[in-house]
Amino acid sequence: MSTKYVIVGAGAAGLGAAEAIKQADPSGEILILGDEAFGAYSRPGLAYYLTGELPEYQLKLPQLSRFSFLNARATAIDPHRKQVHLEDEKSIPYDKLLIATGSSAFQPPIPGADLEGVVKLDTLDDAREILKRARRNKCAVVIGGGITALELVEGLRARHVKTHYLLRGARYWRGVLDESESKIVEHRLKEDGVKLHYHTQTKQIIGKKGKVAGVETTAGDVINCHMVAIAVGVRPRLTLAKSAGLEIDRGILTDEYLQTSAPDIYAAGDVAQVYDPFSDRTILDTLWPTARAQGTAAGKNMAGLQQPYRKTVPFNVTRLAGLTTTIVGTVGHGEDDDLIGIARGDSETWRQLPDILEAQSNFDVNNLRIAVGEKHLVGAIIMGDQKLSRPLQVLIAEQADISSIRDALLEPEASIAEIITDYWIEWRKIHAPSNL
Amino acid sequence: MNWRQVFTRDQSRHEARVVGWVIPENIRCVQCGICSYNCPIEIDVRQHAWLGKPVQDSHCLTCGECVARCPRGVLRFERNALFENGGKGA
Ligand SMILES: Cc1cc2nc3c(=O)[nH]c(=O)nc-3n(C[C@H](O)[C@H](O)[C@H](O)COP(=O)(O)OP(=O)(O)OC[C@H]3O[C@@H](n4cnc5c(N)ncnc54)[C@H](O)[C@@H]3O)c2cc1C
Repeated sequence: MSTKYVIVGAGAAGLGAAEAIKQADPSGEILILGDEAFGAYSRPGLAYYLTGELPEYQLKLPQLSRFSFLNARATAIDPHRKQVHLEDEKSIPYDKLLIATGSSAFQPPIPGADLEGVVKLDTLDDAREILKRARRNKCAVVIGGGITALELVEGLRARHVKTHYLLRGARYWRGVLDESESKIVEHRLKEDGVKLHYHTQTKQIIGKKGKVAGVETTAGDVINCHMVAIAVGVRPRLTLAKSAGLEIDRGILTDEYLQTSAPDIYAAGDVAQVYDPFSDRTILDTLWPTARAQGTAAGKNMAGLQQPYRKTVPFNVTRLAGLTTTIVGTVGHGEDDDLIGIARGDSETWRQLPDILEAQSNFDVNNLRIAVGEKHLVGAIIMGDQKLSRPLQVLIAEQADISSIRDALLEPEASIAEIITDYWIEWRKIHAPSNL
Repeated sequence: MNWRQVFTRDQSRHEARVVGWVIPENIRCVQCGICSYNCPIEIDVRQHAWLGKPVQDSHCLTCGECVARCPRGVLRFERNALFENGGKGA
């Protein structure tokens, strides 16, 4: 009899798993559940939908059409009977189950956060709502940090909405960017007409007849607006895992095979807190390629191939105030005032603080910062010119031995871009002559 | 110049046509679809990026629209061996 695979979640992790299962066990029956009627789509693409660079239909991912998809919300799991319960009280039996329910925006306990006109950016429905409101509301306040807050700011500006961005501290994304990088981003936002409010906390969102009318800060100032967009971080969607009594920390705890504490139940993607044998830690990520890779590994293991998931160096290319920015490895400085927990497009690794030194080089809007470890490069931020994005990503991921250039890199006025470029050309000849 | 202008200028920049094909690097890709949306002959470049396969479509104009517009540097041109010696084959 063929194995029944049930995957809860039609995101990057769910799709990755379904494709891996189909390949490893072609006779298996695969069912994907998803609580969004649109099916599978590119969640990061929502940012470009907001700016108008993409129409809605283009977000849809055709990969899902190769599988049976049921648009339904799962409400609970019974691990003893091996069943998933649905909202309409039906239940679905499984032999192997994957929880790939992703994460959702954390709702901070701000008075007035439940008013009409308070928005977030998690789902296509959220993006539709923002666009609908942007047509009518010509002034908005954005609260939060990280990439998603900026995507909200940029989306609203692209729609000609006057935008106030409230920062709790002295600068943007302190947890990952250094001071000059924050300044670059802030400067560009200001040039685009965004009003930045530093050292500003929200006391309450003011309502009128149930709708947003403004924001009152703790300093007593009032900003009038009809829309408030909040992005203070995300939380794994854990309802199902809790119903099944799975072991949970901040996410669903899994071993390196993506298996949870219950037999035949796996977890992958934003919802999973995955064991990494190299650092002997369990780590949360909110990155699309990571979610897909975990899904693929989970799918293989569900289909009986024993293959551990190996965490790779976290890596993201994003756009900050119009500047293409690559973030790879460990670059962070620690805590962030504007975020509670992890933010979208983020990895906990970026904020670890190993014993590293940093070298930096600035020219015009191009900015390059690398974190130098004992023998290897451990992280890099590349803003603007992206020529070194791939070389640095490869050198960091492959743990290239940089002993020969380490001292030169750490010279006060070192032109690190040139040193890295020369090193890369030589390194590539030896290590990957053909395909890099 | 503000950043939106910088971006618009970037968008309209056409890479010189080269003899070769477009190669995706899928760990950079978030499947947003800007590449497919902007392909003048509607090649589903995003699907190639999902599969990690070069765009070996004989209709590809190598116009560079997808390479230039990808917001994440997923795509790059690579000369293919076939054309290395001025089109005489490898
Ligand atoms: C605006 C935005 C920008 C982003 N930018 C980046 C970026 O620049 N780079 C990057 O790498 N990542 C980015 N991300 C993060 C990336 O999208 C996620 O890491 C990725 O989508 C996680 O995939 P997943 O499969 O774990 O979860 P998701 O893609 O969130 O999918 C979860 C799925 O589970 C379903 N689901 C949840 N609960 C239930 C239930 N109870 N019953 C049935 N179905 C359920 C949902 O419908 C959905 O199909 C961004 C995300 C957003 C929202």
